[in-house]
Amino acid sequence: MHFNARGAWSIFTRELMRAFRTAFQSILAPVMTTSLYFIVFGSAIGNRMPDLGGVSYGAFIIPGLLMLTLLGETTSNASFGIYMPRFTGTIYELLSAPVGVGETLVGFVGAAAVKSLILASIILATAMLFVDYTIAHPIWAVIYIVLVAASFALFGFILGIWADSFEKLGIIPMLFLTPLTFLGGTFYSIDMLPNPWDTIALFNPIVYLVSGLRWTFYGSADVSFAVSLAMTLAFLAADTAIIAYIFKTGWRLRE
Amino acid sequence: MNEPILKLSGLTKIYPGGLKALDGVDLEIRKGEIFALLGPNGAGKTTLIGAVCGLVRPSAGKIGVFGTDLKSDWRSARARIGLVPQEMATDMFETVWHAVSYSRGLFGLAPNKVRIEEILRSLSLWEKRHAQIRELSGGMKRRVLIAKAMAHEPELLFLDEPTAGVDVELRKDMWRQIDAMRARGTTIILTTHYIDEAEEMADRVGIIDKGRILMVDDKASMMTRLGRTEAHIALAQPLAALPAELQRLPVELEDGGHSLRYRGGDGTGKGKGEVAELTKALSALGIDYVGIDVRESSLEDIFVSLVEKRKAA
Ligand SMILES: Nc1ncnc2c1ncn2[C@@H]1O[C@H](COP(=O)(O)OP(=O)(O)OP(=O)(O)O)[C@@H](O)[C@H]1O
Ligand SMILES: [Mg+2]
Repeated sequence: MHFNARGAWSIFTRELMRAFRTAFQSILAPVMTTSLYFIVFGSAIGNRMPDLGGVSYGAFIIPGLLMLTLLGETTSNASFGIYMPRFTGTIYELLSAPVGVGETLVGFVGAAAVKSLILASIILATAMLFVDYTIAHPIWAVIYIVLVAASFALFGFILGIWADSFEKLGIIPMLFLTPLTFLGGTFYSIDMLPNPWDTIALFNPIVYLVSGLRWTFYGSADVSFAVSLAMTLAFLAADTAIIAYIFKTGWRLRE
Repeated sequence: MNEPILKLSGLTKIYPGGLKALDGVDLEIRKGEIFALLGPNGAGKTTLIGAVCGLVRPSAGKIGVFGTDLKSDWRSARARIGLVPQEMATDMFETVWHAVSYSRGLFGLAPNKVRIEEILRSLSLWEKRHAQIRELSGGMKRRVLIAKAMAHEPELLFLDEPTAGVDVELRKDMWRQIDAMRARGTTIILTTHYIDEAEEMADRVGIIDKGRILMVDDKASMMTRLGRTEAHIALAQPLAALPAELQRLPVELEDGGHSLRYRGGDGTGKGKGEVAELTKALSALGIDYVGIDVRESSLEDIFVSLVEKRKAA
Protein backbone atom coordinates (compact mmCIF):
# COMPACT_ATOMS: atom_id res chain seq x y z
CA MET A 1 0.00 0.00 0.00
CA HIS A 2 1.44 3.38 -0.99
CA PHE A 3 -1.21 5.95 -0.33
CA ASN A 4 -4.32 5.18 1.67
CA ALA A 5 -6.78 7.28 -0.31
CA ARG A 6 -9.80 5.97 1.56
CA GLY A 7 -8.15 6.85 4.83
CA ALA A 8 -7.40 10.40 3.67
CA TRP A 9 -10.96 10.79 2.41
CA SER A 10 -12.35 9.54 5.73
CA ILE A 11 -10.38 12.14 7.67
CA PHE A 12 -11.34 14.87 5.21
CA THR A 13 -15.10 14.21 5.30
CA ARG A 14 -15.13 13.73 9.03
CA GLU A 15 -13.39 17.07 9.57
CA LEU A 16 -15.88 18.83 7.31
CA MET A 17 -18.74 17.14 9.16
CA ARG A 18 -17.30 18.41 12.42
CA ALA A 19 -17.36 21.92 10.97
CA PHE A 20 -21.01 21.66 9.99
CA ARG A 21 -21.81 20.53 13.51
CA THR A 22 -20.39 23.86 14.67
CA ALA A 23 -21.51 25.79 11.58
CA PHE A 24 -22.58 28.73 13.67
CA GLN A 25 -19.17 29.52 15.09
CA SER A 26 -17.17 28.52 12.05
CA ILE A 27 -19.15 30.56 9.51
CA LEU A 28 -21.43 33.05 11.18
CA ALA A 29 -19.00 34.53 13.69
CA PRO A 30 -16.36 35.60 11.15
CA VAL A 31 -19.05 36.94 8.84
CA MET A 32 -20.35 39.08 11.67
CA THR A 33 -16.91 40.42 12.50
CA THR A 34 -16.14 41.27 8.90
CA SER A 35 -19.48 43.04 8.52
CA LEU A 36 -18.65 45.15 11.54
CA TYR A 37 -15.33 46.13 9.98
CA PHE A 38 -17.12 47.17 6.80
CA ILE A 39 -19.65 49.22 8.66
CA VAL A 40 -17.03 51.01 10.77
CA PHE A 41 -14.06 51.33 8.39
CA GLY A 42 -15.75 50.91 5.05
CA SER A 43 -18.86 53.04 5.42
CA ALA A 44 -18.45 55.33 8.44
CA ILE A 45 -14.78 56.25 8.13
CA GLY A 46 -14.35 55.29 4.47
CA ASN A 47 -16.77 57.99 3.36
CA ARG A 48 -14.37 60.65 4.56
CA MET A 49 -11.29 59.02 3.02
CA PRO A 50 -9.90 59.87 -0.40
CA ASP A 51 -9.64 57.12 -3.04
CA LEU A 52 -6.44 55.10 -2.94
CA GLY A 53 -4.92 54.41 -6.34
CA GLY A 54 -8.27 54.99 -7.97
CA VAL A 55 -10.08 52.59 -5.63
CA SER A 56 -12.60 53.74 -3.03
CA TYR A 57 -11.43 53.19 0.53
CA GLY A 58 -14.26 50.73 1.23
CA ALA A 59 -13.19 48.59 -1.71
CA PHE A 60 -9.50 49.05 -0.89
CA ILE A 61 -9.82 47.29 2.46
CA ILE A 62 -11.66 44.22 1.13
CA PRO A 63 -8.54 42.14 0.33
CA GLY A 64 -7.02 43.07 3.69
CA LEU A 65 -10.14 42.16 5.63
CA LEU A 66 -10.45 38.94 3.70
CA MET A 67 -6.86 38.13 4.55
CA LEU A 68 -7.41 39.03 8.21
CA THR A 69 -10.28 36.57 8.57
CA LEU A 70 -8.71 33.95 6.35
CA LEU A 71 -5.45 33.81 8.28
CA GLY A 72 -7.11 33.77 11.68
CA GLU A 73 -9.81 31.24 10.88
CA THR A 74 -7.65 28.89 8.84
CA THR A 75 -4.97 28.81 11.50
CA SER A 76 -7.36 28.19 14.36
CA ASN A 77 -9.41 25.65 12.40
CA ALA A 78 -6.40 23.59 11.45
CA SER A 79 -4.76 23.86 14.84
CA PHE A 80 -7.88 22.74 16.68
CA GLY A 81 -8.38 19.92 14.19
CA ILE A 82 -5.17 18.21 15.27
CA TYR A 83 -4.89 19.54 18.84
CA MET A 84 -8.25 18.15 19.96
CA PRO A 85 -7.46 14.50 19.13
CA ARG A 86 -4.15 14.90 20.95
CA PHE A 87 -5.91 16.45 23.91
CA THR A 88 -8.71 13.87 24.14
CA GLY A 89 -6.53 10.88 23.26
CA THR A 90 -8.43 9.96 20.10
CA ILE A 91 -5.18 10.43 18.19
CA TYR A 92 -4.34 6.84 19.13
CA GLU A 93 -6.51 5.68 16.26
CA LEU A 94 -4.81 7.93 13.73
CA LEU A 95 -1.37 6.83 14.88
CA SER A 96 -2.27 3.16 14.70
CA ALA A 97 -3.92 3.51 11.28
CA PRO A 98 -2.24 3.03 7.92
CA VAL A 99 -1.99 6.77 7.34
CA GLY A 100 1.18 8.79 7.07
CA VAL A 101 2.03 12.41 6.50
CA GLY A 102 0.35 12.54 3.09
CA GLU A 103 -3.02 11.18 4.19
CA THR A 104 -3.01 13.29 7.33
CA LEU A 105 -2.30 16.48 5.42
CA VAL A 106 -4.87 15.80 2.72
CA GLY A 107 -7.40 15.04 5.43
CA PHE A 108 -6.82 17.70 8.06
CA VAL A 109 -5.19 20.46 6.09
CA GLY A 110 -7.38 19.88 3.04
CA ALA A 111 -10.50 20.15 5.16
CA ALA A 112 -9.25 23.31 6.88
CA ALA A 113 -8.41 24.86 3.50
CA VAL A 114 -11.81 23.97 2.04
CA LYS A 115 -13.54 25.51 5.05
CA SER A 116 -11.51 28.67 4.46
CA LEU A 117 -12.51 28.83 0.80
CA ILE A 118 -16.17 28.57 1.72
CA LEU A 119 -15.60 31.27 4.30
CA ALA A 120 -13.83 33.53 1.78
CA SER A 121 -16.73 33.24 -0.64
CA ILE A 122 -19.19 34.14 2.07
CA ILE A 123 -17.13 37.16 3.11
CA LEU A 124 -16.86 38.40 -0.47
CA ALA A 125 -20.62 38.01 -0.83
CA THR A 126 -21.11 39.92 2.41
CA ALA A 127 -18.81 42.68 1.15
CA MET A 128 -21.10 43.21 -1.84
CA LEU A 129 -23.78 44.40 0.55
CA PHE A 130 -21.56 47.26 1.69
CA VAL A 131 -19.38 48.36 -1.23
CA ASP A 132 -19.10 48.15 -4.98
CA TYR A 133 -16.02 46.27 -6.09
CA THR A 134 -14.73 44.26 -9.01
CA ILE A 135 -11.99 41.66 -9.18
CA ALA A 136 -9.40 42.42 -11.86
CA HIS A 137 -7.78 38.97 -11.96
CA PRO A 138 -10.38 36.50 -10.64
CA ILE A 139 -8.42 33.37 -11.55
CA TRP A 140 -5.29 34.61 -9.83
CA ALA A 141 -7.47 35.62 -6.88
CA VAL A 142 -8.79 32.07 -6.50
CA ILE A 143 -5.33 30.53 -6.94
CA TYR A 144 -3.86 32.96 -4.47
CA ILE A 145 -6.57 32.40 -1.86
CA VAL A 146 -6.12 28.62 -2.21
CA LEU A 147 -2.35 28.95 -1.72
CA VAL A 148 -2.72 31.19 1.31
CA ALA A 149 -5.42 28.96 2.83
CA ALA A 150 -3.21 25.89 2.33
CA SER A 151 -0.16 27.62 3.82
CA PHE A 152 -1.98 28.73 6.92
CA ALA A 153 -3.77 25.42 7.31
CA LEU A 154 -0.32 23.83 7.40
CA PHE A 155 0.87 26.51 9.78
CA GLY A 156 -2.12 25.85 12.04
CA PHE A 157 -1.41 22.14 11.88
CA ILE A 158 2.12 22.75 13.13
CA LEU A 159 0.77 25.00 15.84
CA GLY A 160 -1.71 22.31 16.93
CA ILE A 161 1.08 19.77 17.21
CA TRP A 162 3.43 22.13 19.00
CA ALA A 163 0.90 23.40 21.55
CA ASP A 164 0.60 21.46 24.77
CA SER A 165 -2.10 23.62 26.29
CA PHE A 166 -5.11 25.60 25.14
CA GLU A 167 -3.30 28.79 26.14
CA LYS A 168 -0.46 28.12 23.74
CA LEU A 169 -2.96 27.27 21.04
CA GLY A 170 -4.53 30.68 21.35
CA ILE A 171 -1.47 32.78 21.98
CA ILE A 172 0.25 32.60 18.59
CA PRO A 173 -2.73 33.95 16.63
CA MET A 174 -3.34 36.59 19.31
CA LEU A 175 0.25 37.64 19.80
CA PHE A 176 1.60 37.47 16.26
CA LEU A 177 -0.96 36.84 13.59
CA THR A 178 -3.51 39.53 14.43
CA PRO A 179 -1.02 42.36 15.05
CA LEU A 180 1.06 41.49 12.00
CA THR A 181 -2.06 41.42 9.87
CA PHE A 182 -3.24 44.76 11.22
CA LEU A 183 0.18 46.23 10.56
CA GLY A 184 0.39 44.43 7.24
CA GLY A 185 -1.51 47.01 5.24
CA THR A 186 -5.04 45.79 5.84
CA PHE A 187 -6.37 49.29 6.31
CA TYR A 188 -3.71 51.36 4.54
CA SER A 189 -1.14 51.29 1.80
CA ILE A 190 2.46 50.89 2.94
CA ASP A 191 3.51 54.09 1.14
CA MET A 192 1.19 56.03 3.45
CA LEU A 193 3.63 55.22 6.27
CA PRO A 194 6.33 57.76 7.20
CA ASN A 195 10.01 56.91 6.74
CA PRO A 196 11.48 54.58 8.14
CA TRP A 197 8.28 52.67 8.92
CA ASP A 198 7.57 52.00 5.26
CA THR A 199 10.87 50.10 5.08
CA ILE A 200 10.41 48.34 8.40
CA ALA A 201 6.97 47.19 7.26
CA LEU A 202 8.61 45.18 4.49
CA PHE A 203 9.95 42.80 7.13
CA ASN A 204 6.39 41.84 7.98
CA PRO A 205 5.59 38.79 5.86
CA ILE A 206 1.86 39.53 5.98
CA VAL A 207 2.46 42.69 3.94
CA TYR A 208 3.27 40.49 0.96
CA LEU A 209 0.16 38.38 1.42
CA VAL A 210 -2.20 41.35 1.67
CA SER A 211 -0.44 43.09 -1.16
CA GLY A 212 -0.64 40.00 -3.36
CA LEU A 213 -4.34 39.61 -2.83
CA ARG A 214 -4.89 43.32 -3.41
CA TRP A 215 -3.13 43.05 -6.75
CA THR A 216 -5.49 40.25 -7.85
CA PHE A 217 -8.39 42.55 -7.00
CA TYR A 218 -7.26 45.93 -8.29
CA GLY A 219 -4.20 45.30 -10.47
CA SER A 220 -1.88 47.43 -8.36
CA ALA A 221 -0.25 46.88 -4.97
CA ASP A 222 2.60 47.78 -2.63
CA VAL A 223 4.97 45.10 -3.92
CA SER A 224 4.95 43.24 -7.19
CA PHE A 225 2.69 40.21 -7.43
CA ALA A 226 5.61 37.96 -8.35
CA VAL A 227 7.28 38.78 -5.05
CA SER A 228 4.06 38.11 -3.14
CA LEU A 229 3.59 34.81 -4.92
CA ALA A 230 7.19 33.79 -4.24
CA MET A 231 6.80 34.61 -0.54
CA THR A 232 3.61 32.55 -0.32
CA LEU A 233 5.22 29.57 -2.04
CA ALA A 234 8.26 29.84 0.23
CA PHE A 235 5.99 29.81 3.27
CA LEU A 236 4.16 26.77 1.88
CA ALA A 237 7.44 24.95 1.31
CA ALA A 238 8.74 25.77 4.79
CA ASP A 239 5.52 24.49 6.40
CA THR A 240 5.66 21.28 4.41
CA ALA A 241 9.29 20.68 5.35
CA ILE A 242 8.55 21.17 9.05
CA ILE A 243 5.60 18.79 8.92
CA ALA A 244 7.59 16.14 7.08
CA TYR A 245 10.20 16.43 9.82
CA ILE A 246 7.54 16.13 12.56
CA PHE A 247 6.20 12.94 11.04
CA LYS A 248 9.64 11.51 10.49
CA THR A 249 10.64 11.97 14.10
CA GLY A 250 7.21 11.53 15.67
CA TRP A 251 7.75 14.75 17.60
CA ARG A 252 4.83 15.45 19.98
CA LEU A 253 2.88 12.65 18.31
CA ARG A 254 4.57 9.43 19.36
CA GLU A 255 6.03 8.85 22.83
CA MET B 1 6.80 -24.88 11.60
CA ASN B 2 4.39 -21.98 11.73
CA GLU B 3 5.92 -18.56 11.28
CA PRO B 4 4.92 -16.46 14.31
CA ILE B 5 2.45 -13.68 13.45
CA LEU B 6 4.31 -11.32 15.77
CA LYS B 7 7.92 -11.54 16.78
CA LEU B 8 9.55 -9.14 19.20
CA SER B 9 13.28 -9.34 19.70
CA GLY B 10 15.13 -7.30 22.25
CA LEU B 11 12.35 -4.73 22.29
CA THR B 12 13.36 -1.91 24.61
CA LYS B 13 11.69 1.36 25.45
CA ILE B 14 13.26 4.05 27.56
CA TYR B 15 10.94 6.99 28.06
CA PRO B 16 12.37 10.49 28.06
CA GLY B 17 13.33 10.92 31.67
CA GLY B 18 15.08 7.58 31.73
CA LEU B 19 12.34 5.16 32.76
CA LYS B 20 12.92 1.76 31.20
CA ALA B 21 9.39 0.58 30.46
CA LEU B 22 10.49 -2.34 28.25
CA ASP B 23 13.75 -4.11 28.87
CA GLY B 24 14.80 -6.40 26.04
CA VAL B 25 11.50 -8.14 25.45
CA ASP B 26 11.59 -11.29 23.31
CA LEU B 27 8.18 -12.65 22.48
CA GLU B 28 6.58 -14.73 19.77
CA ILE B 29 2.85 -14.83 19.18
CA ARG B 30 1.43 -17.72 17.17
CA LYS B 31 -1.13 -17.24 14.48
CA GLY B 32 -4.67 -17.83 15.70
CA GLU B 33 -4.01 -17.94 19.42
CA ILE B 34 -5.32 -15.88 22.27
CA PHE B 35 -2.39 -14.62 24.27
CA ALA B 36 -2.89 -13.02 27.66
CA LEU B 37 -0.30 -10.60 28.96
CA LEU B 38 -0.43 -10.39 32.72
CA GLY B 39 1.44 -7.96 34.86
CA PRO B 40 1.03 -5.47 37.70
CA ASN B 41 0.37 -1.77 37.13
CA GLY B 42 3.25 -0.15 35.34
CA ALA B 43 4.72 -3.45 34.13
CA GLY B 44 4.94 -2.24 30.55
CA LYS B 45 1.92 -3.91 28.95
CA THR B 46 0.50 -0.78 27.36
CA THR B 47 3.96 0.31 26.26
CA LEU B 48 4.51 -3.05 24.54
CA ILE B 49 1.22 -2.75 22.69
CA GLY B 50 1.97 0.88 21.83
CA ALA B 51 5.30 -0.09 20.30
CA VAL B 52 3.65 -2.56 17.94
CA CYS B 53 0.73 -0.26 17.09
CA GLY B 54 2.78 2.83 16.31
CA LEU B 55 2.00 4.89 19.42
CA VAL B 56 5.41 4.45 21.01
CA ARG B 57 8.79 4.69 19.35
CA PRO B 58 10.96 1.77 20.49
CA SER B 59 14.43 2.69 21.76
CA ALA B 60 15.92 -0.59 20.55
CA GLY B 61 14.92 -3.98 19.25
CA LYS B 62 12.98 -5.39 16.36
CA ILE B 63 9.31 -5.91 15.65
CA GLY B 64 8.36 -8.44 13.02
CA VAL B 65 4.73 -8.82 11.96
CA PHE B 66 3.19 -11.12 9.37
CA GLY B 67 6.64 -12.36 8.55
CA THR B 68 8.25 -9.02 7.69
CA ASP B 69 9.87 -6.20 9.55
CA LEU B 70 7.26 -3.69 10.73
CA LYS B 71 9.32 -0.83 9.34
CA SER B 72 9.54 -2.21 5.83
CA ASP B 73 5.85 -1.96 4.94
CA TRP B 74 4.20 -0.30 7.89
CA ARG B 75 1.10 0.79 6.00
CA SER B 76 0.11 -2.71 4.97
CA ALA B 77 1.02 -4.07 8.39
CA ARG B 78 -1.02 -1.51 10.28
CA ALA B 79 -4.02 -2.09 8.05
CA ARG B 80 -4.06 -5.65 9.40
CA ILE B 81 -3.66 -4.75 13.08
CA GLY B 82 -6.41 -3.53 15.39
CA LEU B 83 -6.19 -1.85 18.77
CA VAL B 84 -8.63 -1.36 21.60
CA PRO B 85 -6.90 1.10 23.91
CA GLN B 86 -6.93 0.93 27.67
CA GLU B 87 -8.28 4.41 28.07
CA MET B 88 -11.57 5.69 26.79
CA ALA B 89 -10.79 7.96 23.89
CA THR B 90 -13.27 8.82 21.22
CA ASP B 91 -15.14 11.84 19.92
CA MET B 92 -18.05 12.11 22.35
CA PHE B 93 -20.28 14.03 19.96
CA GLU B 94 -20.10 11.53 17.16
CA THR B 95 -22.78 8.88 16.75
CA VAL B 96 -21.90 5.23 17.23
CA TRP B 97 -22.58 4.53 13.57
CA HIS B 98 -20.32 7.32 12.31
CA ALA B 99 -17.52 6.47 14.70
CA VAL B 100 -17.41 2.84 13.60
CA SER B 101 -17.78 3.63 9.89
CA TYR B 102 -15.00 6.20 10.15
CA SER B 103 -12.63 3.63 11.63
CA ARG B 104 -13.26 1.29 8.72
CA GLY B 105 -12.50 4.01 6.18
CA LEU B 106 -9.45 5.23 8.05
CA PHE B 107 -7.92 1.78 7.74
CA GLY B 108 -8.50 1.83 4.01
CA LEU B 109 -11.53 -0.40 3.62
CA ALA B 110 -14.54 0.32 1.43
CA PRO B 111 -17.76 1.12 3.28
CA ASN B 112 -19.77 -1.97 4.17
CA LYS B 113 -23.03 -1.36 6.00
CA VAL B 114 -23.78 -5.06 6.39
CA ARG B 115 -20.48 -5.70 8.11
CA ILE B 116 -20.89 -2.72 10.44
CA GLU B 117 -24.41 -3.82 11.34
CA GLU B 118 -23.07 -7.28 12.13
CA ILE B 119 -20.41 -5.84 14.41
CA LEU B 120 -22.81 -3.51 16.20
CA ARG B 121 -25.34 -6.29 16.70
CA SER B 122 -22.71 -8.68 18.01
CA LEU B 123 -21.72 -6.12 20.65
CA SER B 124 -25.34 -5.24 21.52
CA LEU B 125 -24.87 -1.72 20.22
CA TRP B 126 -27.32 -1.85 17.33
CA GLU B 127 -30.12 -0.13 19.24
CA LYS B 128 -27.71 2.68 20.10
CA ARG B 129 -26.33 3.22 16.62
CA HIS B 130 -27.79 6.72 16.26
CA ALA B 131 -26.89 7.80 19.77
CA GLN B 132 -24.01 10.16 20.41
CA ILE B 133 -21.26 8.38 22.27
CA ARG B 134 -21.52 10.73 25.25
CA GLU B 135 -25.04 9.38 25.81
CA LEU B 136 -23.80 5.83 26.37
CA SER B 137 -22.89 4.12 29.62
CA GLY B 138 -19.25 3.40 30.42
CA GLY B 139 -19.51 -0.26 29.43
CA MET B 140 -21.19 0.65 26.15
CA LYS B 141 -18.45 3.16 25.38
CA ARG B 142 -15.84 0.46 25.83
CA ARG B 143 -17.77 -1.72 23.42
CA VAL B 144 -17.78 1.12 20.89
CA LEU B 145 -13.98 1.07 21.04
CA ILE B 146 -14.06 -2.66 20.41
CA ALA B 147 -16.45 -2.15 17.50
CA LYS B 148 -14.12 0.50 16.04
CA ALA B 149 -11.20 -1.90 16.26
CA MET B 150 -13.22 -4.70 14.64
CA ALA B 151 -14.49 -2.46 11.85
CA HIS B 152 -11.48 -3.05 9.62
CA GLU B 153 -11.42 -6.79 10.25
CA PRO B 154 -7.89 -6.98 11.67
CA GLU B 155 -5.94 -10.22 11.65
CA LEU B 156 -4.06 -9.28 14.79
CA LEU B 157 -6.05 -7.58 17.52
CA PHE B 158 -4.74 -5.97 20.69
CA LEU B 159 -7.15 -5.59 23.56
CA ASP B 160 -5.71 -3.50 26.38
CA GLU B 161 -7.86 -4.44 29.36
CA PRO B 162 -11.00 -4.92 27.30
CA THR B 163 -13.29 -5.71 30.20
CA ALA B 164 -12.20 -3.12 32.75
CA GLY B 165 -15.34 -1.49 34.10
CA VAL B 166 -17.71 -3.93 32.42
CA ASP B 167 -20.26 -5.83 34.48
CA VAL B 168 -20.02 -9.58 35.05
CA GLU B 169 -22.65 -10.60 32.56
CA LEU B 170 -21.26 -8.37 29.85
CA ARG B 171 -17.77 -9.64 30.52
CA LYS B 172 -18.96 -13.16 29.82
CA ASP B 173 -20.61 -11.80 26.70
CA MET B 174 -17.40 -10.16 25.59
CA TRP B 175 -15.44 -13.32 26.21
CA ARG B 176 -17.83 -15.02 23.81
CA GLN B 177 -17.21 -12.24 21.29
CA ILE B 178 -13.48 -12.63 21.63
CA ASP B 179 -13.85 -16.38 21.21
CA ALA B 180 -15.92 -15.81 18.09
CA MET B 181 -13.21 -13.56 16.67
CA ARG B 182 -10.62 -16.23 17.31
CA ALA B 183 -12.91 -18.73 15.60
CA ARG B 184 -12.82 -16.47 12.53
CA GLY B 185 -9.06 -16.68 12.62
CA THR B 186 -8.12 -13.45 14.41
CA THR B 187 -5.06 -13.60 16.61
CA ILE B 188 -5.72 -11.84 19.88
CA ILE B 189 -3.38 -10.35 22.43
CA LEU B 190 -5.08 -9.12 25.55
CA THR B 191 -3.89 -7.61 28.77
CA THR B 192 -5.89 -7.98 31.88
CA HIS B 193 -5.76 -7.69 35.61
CA TYR B 194 -8.48 -10.31 35.99
CA ILE B 195 -6.71 -13.61 36.33
CA ASP B 196 -9.91 -15.54 35.76
CA GLU B 197 -10.13 -13.82 32.41
CA ALA B 198 -6.73 -15.13 31.38
CA GLU B 199 -7.58 -18.56 32.79
CA GLU B 200 -10.85 -18.61 30.92
CA MET B 201 -9.76 -17.20 27.58
CA ALA B 202 -6.11 -17.61 26.88
CA ASP B 203 -4.23 -20.36 25.13
CA ARG B 204 -0.97 -19.01 26.38
CA VAL B 205 -0.04 -16.62 29.11
CA GLY B 206 2.92 -14.28 29.41
CA ILE B 207 3.88 -12.65 32.66
CA ILE B 208 5.58 -9.29 32.51
CA ASP B 209 7.01 -7.15 35.29
CA LYS B 210 9.22 -4.09 35.18
CA GLY B 211 9.53 -4.35 31.43
CA ARG B 212 10.77 -7.93 31.41
CA ILE B 213 8.94 -11.06 30.36
CA LEU B 214 9.25 -13.42 33.32
CA MET B 215 7.56 -16.40 31.79
CA VAL B 216 5.63 -17.46 28.72
CA ASP B 217 3.85 -20.77 28.62
CA ASP B 218 0.74 -22.69 27.71
CA LYS B 219 -1.84 -21.95 30.30
CA ALA B 220 -2.21 -25.65 31.06
CA SER B 221 1.48 -26.44 31.41
CA MET B 222 2.02 -23.35 33.48
CA MET B 223 -0.61 -24.64 35.87
CA THR B 224 1.02 -28.08 35.88
CA ARG B 225 4.45 -26.70 36.45
CA LEU B 226 3.57 -24.20 39.08
CA GLY B 227 0.18 -25.29 40.34
CA ARG B 228 -0.06 -26.27 43.98
CA THR B 229 -2.60 -27.70 46.31
CA GLU B 230 -2.76 -26.24 49.76
CA ALA B 231 -4.77 -27.83 52.58
CA HIS B 232 -5.31 -26.76 56.16
CA ILE B 233 -6.61 -29.34 58.60
CA ALA B 234 -7.85 -27.98 61.90
CA LEU B 235 -7.08 -30.48 64.68
CA ALA B 236 -9.38 -31.23 67.61
CA GLN B 237 -6.38 -31.41 69.95
CA PRO B 238 -3.08 -29.61 69.37
CA LEU B 239 -0.08 -31.78 68.49
CA ALA B 240 3.35 -31.24 69.99
CA ALA B 241 5.25 -32.79 67.07
CA LEU B 242 4.55 -34.13 63.65
CA PRO B 243 4.03 -37.93 63.78
CA ALA B 244 6.72 -39.84 61.87
CA GLU B 245 4.07 -41.52 59.71
CA LEU B 246 3.20 -38.17 58.14
CA GLN B 247 6.70 -37.02 57.39
CA ARG B 248 6.82 -38.58 53.91
CA LEU B 249 4.22 -35.98 52.86
CA PRO B 250 4.91 -32.24 52.55
CA VAL B 251 3.15 -31.46 55.79
CA GLU B 252 3.92 -29.04 58.57
CA LEU B 253 2.39 -28.09 61.87
CA GLU B 254 1.23 -24.53 62.20
CA ASP B 255 -0.72 -22.37 64.55
CA GLY B 256 1.07 -23.77 67.59
CA GLY B 257 0.14 -27.33 66.68
CA HIS B 258 -3.57 -26.55 66.29
CA SER B 259 -3.50 -27.19 62.59
CA LEU B 260 -1.72 -29.12 59.86
CA ARG B 261 -0.71 -27.58 56.59
CA TYR B 262 -0.20 -29.55 53.41
CA ARG B 263 1.45 -27.82 50.47
CA GLY B 264 2.30 -29.86 47.41
CA GLY B 265 1.11 -31.43 44.19
CA ASP B 266 1.54 -30.01 40.73
CA GLY B 267 -1.76 -28.89 39.36
CA THR B 268 -2.63 -32.28 37.86
CA GLY B 269 -4.65 -33.52 40.84
CA LYS B 270 -1.73 -35.21 42.57
CA GLY B 271 -2.16 -32.81 45.48
CA LYS B 272 -5.78 -33.71 46.07
CA GLY B 273 -4.87 -37.38 46.17
CA GLU B 274 -2.19 -36.74 48.75
CA VAL B 275 -4.60 -34.74 50.91
CA ALA B 276 -6.98 -37.73 50.84
CA GLU B 277 -4.06 -39.95 51.86
CA LEU B 278 -3.24 -37.56 54.65
CA THR B 279 -6.75 -37.65 56.12
CA LYS B 280 -6.74 -41.45 55.99
CA ALA B 281 -3.40 -41.51 57.80
CA LEU B 282 -4.73 -39.15 60.46
CA SER B 283 -7.74 -41.41 61.04
CA ALA B 284 -5.46 -44.44 61.25
CA LEU B 285 -3.34 -42.64 63.84
CA GLY B 286 -6.47 -41.72 65.79
CA ILE B 287 -5.84 -38.00 65.37
CA ASP B 288 -9.18 -36.20 65.33
CA TYR B 289 -9.80 -33.17 63.16
CA VAL B 290 -12.65 -30.69 62.97
CA GLY B 291 -12.26 -29.01 59.60
CA ILE B 292 -10.55 -29.28 56.24
CA ASP B 293 -9.90 -26.50 53.84
CA VAL B 294 -8.43 -27.47 50.43
CA ARG B 295 -7.49 -24.97 47.81
CA GLU B 296 -5.97 -25.31 44.36
CA SER B 297 -3.62 -22.46 43.66
CA SER B 298 -4.72 -20.40 40.69
CA LEU B 299 -2.88 -18.51 38.06
CA GLU B 300 -3.19 -15.60 40.41
CA ASP B 301 -1.09 -17.26 43.08
CA ILE B 302 1.46 -18.26 40.50
CA PHE B 303 1.55 -14.74 39.27
CA VAL B 304 1.84 -13.22 42.74
CA SER B 305 4.55 -15.63 43.80
CA LEU B 306 6.55 -14.98 40.63
CA VAL B 307 6.38 -11.24 41.06
CA GLU B 308 7.13 -11.52 44.79
CA LYS B 309 10.12 -13.72 44.11
CA ARG B 310 11.51 -11.12 41.76
CA LYS B 311 10.99 -8.37 44.28
CA ALA B 312 12.89 -10.36 46.88
CA ALA B 313 15.74 -11.11 44.48
N1 LIG C 1 4.41 8.67 28.21
C1 LIG C 1 5.16 8.20 29.20
N2 LIG C 1 6.21 8.91 29.65
C2 LIG C 1 6.98 8.45 30.64
N3 LIG C 1 6.77 7.28 31.27
C3 LIG C 1 5.73 6.54 30.88
C4 LIG C 1 4.88 6.95 29.82
N4 LIG C 1 3.93 6.01 29.64
C5 LIG C 1 4.18 5.05 30.54
N5 LIG C 1 5.26 5.35 31.29
C6 LIG C 1 5.85 4.53 32.36
O1 LIG C 1 6.22 3.28 31.80
C7 LIG C 1 5.94 2.23 32.70
C8 LIG C 1 5.06 1.20 32.02
O2 LIG C 1 3.80 1.79 31.76
P1 LIG C 1 2.65 1.00 31.03
O3 LIG C 1 1.53 1.93 30.80
O4 LIG C 1 3.22 0.31 29.84
O5 LIG C 1 2.22 -0.09 32.13
P2 LIG C 1 1.03 -1.14 32.12
O6 LIG C 1 1.65 -2.47 32.30
O7 LIG C 1 0.17 -0.95 30.96
O8 LIG C 1 0.25 -0.74 33.45
P3 LIG C 1 -1.30 -0.78 33.79
O9 LIG C 1 -1.62 -2.17 34.18
O10 LIG C 1 -1.42 0.15 34.94
O11 LIG C 1 -2.05 -0.31 32.60
C9 LIG C 1 5.29 2.88 33.92
O12 LIG C 1 6.28 3.01 34.91
C10 LIG C 1 4.84 4.22 33.43
O13 LIG C 1 4.91 5.18 34.46
MG1 LIG D 1 -1.74 -0.39 30.68
